[in-house]
Amino acid sequence: MMEKIILGRYLPLNSVVHRMDPRAKLLFIFGFVFVVFLANNVLTYALLGVFTLFVIVLSNIKIQFLMTGLKPVIWLILFTFLLHVFFTKEGEVLAQLGFLSIYKGGVIKGAFISLRFLLLIFVTSLLTLTTPPISVTDGIESLFGPLKRVKVPVHELALMMSISLRFIPTLLDETDKIMKAQMARGADFTSGSLTSRIKAVIPLLIPLFVSAFKRAEELAVAMEARGYRGGEGRTKYRVLAWHGRDTAALLVLVALAAALFGLRS
Amino acid sequence: MDIKFQEVEYRYAAGTPFERLAITDVTFHVPSGEYVALIGHTGSGKSTVLQHLNVLLKPLQGEIEIGSRTIAAGRKEKNLKEIRRRVGIVFQFPEHQLFEETVEKDICFGPMNFGMSEEEARQRAREAVRLVGLPPSVLERSPFDLSGGQMRRVAIAGVLAMKPDVLVLDEPTAGLDPRGRREVMELFASLKKENGLTCVLVTHSMEDAARYADRIVVMHKGRVAKRGTPRDLFHDRASLTALGLDVPETVRMQRLFEEKLGQPLRQLCLTPEELAQEIARLQGERS
Ligand SMILES: Nc1ncnc2c1ncn2[C@@H]1O[C@H](COP(=O)(O)OP(=O)(O)OP(=O)(O)O)[C@@H](O)[C@H]1O
Ligand SMILES: [Mg+2]
Repeated sequence: MMEKIILGRYLPLNSVVHRMDPRAKLLFIFGFVFVVFLANNVLTYALLGVFTLFVIVLSNIKIQFLMTGLKPVIWLILFTFLLHVFFTKEGEVLAQLGFLSIYKGGVIKGAFISLRFLLLIFVTSLLTLTTPPISVTDGIESLFGPLKRVKVPVHELALMMSISLRFIPTLLDETDKIMKAQMARGADFTSGSLTSRIKAVIPLLIPLFVSAFKRAEELAVAMEARGYRGGEGRTKYRVLAWHGRDTAALLVLVALAAALFGLRS
Repeated sequence: MDIKFQEVEYRYAAGTPFERLAITDVTFHVPSGEYVALIGHTGSGKSTVLQHLNVLLKPLQGEIEIGSRTIAAGRKEKNLKEIRRRVGIVFQFPEHQLFEETVEKDICFGPMNFGMSEEEARQRAREAVRLVGLPPSVLERSPFDLSGGQMRRVAIAGVLAMKPDVLVLDEPTAGLDPRGRREVMELFASLKKENGLTCVLVTHSMEDAARYADRIVVMHKGRVAKRGTPRDLFHDRASLTALGLDVPETVRMQRLFEEKLGQPLRQLCLTPEELAQEIARLQGERS
């Protein structure tokens, strides 16, 4: 039941995107979030779309799979689209529905913003799909390393993050198991009124919390038993290596930004 | 209630890159009132088969007859509550499903979901707690204050209180002490004998399978590798070891004994009691 969720999942394939340094991927995405906002007309959005498709192809991940992962946010995208369609009053009137009039400008704007959403979601899900969670946090720790000088507990924060990421699939599996156990006892999570559905989640949430707390405690004890004592002087088992392709990826992004800058209206 | 599997196939995460074939071409029959044990190496698909018994999973190929209902691949199924009441599943480590403030409320959860009145559900909770061998005083306690073994019994009571016709058990004794194990297994056996319950048991204990089951289904890599009565199945040790399993200790003991004796015993003994009797009989004959 929970197997459709792709958030935080890693898909172990072999591609140039998979092999990139996680720091390069993080910087790339950080940059991409800003670059997306440069697009403001058909040409620039088309360029962005083609570019994103190119990245997806490079990553070897099937676009259908990314689409299935889109299901949870499709309503959000649709809602944003409709919001713009109904409330932007620009350009000529395309249709009149009672007291609502739909303007050409609204449709265009709605489409652009939905597309922007879509591209951002695709590119950011590519990060977790092509990078093991542990590398993501290694990358973050390394990028924020300089903050250690001003006493920001970077290592601890990165560790917290990697533990959370590590446990997302575990918790999803657990949710699935408990859901099934309660359904076997006649619980119904999918029908009934809103209040009865909210009530139905209690038998799911309580065991989930209990096991999450238990897990956390066991993990803490296990770490302590093995003498874990934080970042100071700790060496790394996996050492990050920056290659030419990583620099190249960032240069491509800069080129894209420049092109968008030239083409935007 | 009869249950029949016809060439059932199931894949987890079907249609995604994580797709994984769990069971395929699974055909077997659980006749009403019988005790069927499902054995097999870890990961062979036993739990996946169990989840089809009350349609928590639907087959992607083939069909399943559960009583008068037929669940076929690719059809939308509605009104599964009746099946879920009649087929009670005790999952692997069922103590993880406890959530209520008191044991009593937790046991009442199932019966009340199936439309029973509170009064009746509480009556059943008292009965179920007695069946699983806990004192009535636990009813008022929080399930989270109990020991692991007690929690297990409460979880089992929660399923028994639904009064199912078919009791499905996924390694119900894993992690219990030897006495608790024996008590729980005896409880299921007596429910089968006295109330005519149909039982499906997943177990890694060949001894339990030999002692309690009328029939055994052996799973291997998602397929049914063998089917038969315990006596037929445990006769052939080599074919079981090839599947990562073994015969019960009693059978190994009997084989050693026969080797020393130089002649086979009259029949394969499935429990230590049977073997002891057989040896005693032989001794009587000789003297
Ligand atoms: N929720 C799931 N998602 C994906 N794959 C799964 C899931 N549950 C089980 N599997 C896979 O299906 C196969 C059969 O698993 P199943 O749990 O039925 O085995 P089992 O015989 O019950 O094993 P065990 O004796 O260890 O309980 C395994 O290969 C397992 O990895
Ligand atoms: Mg199992």
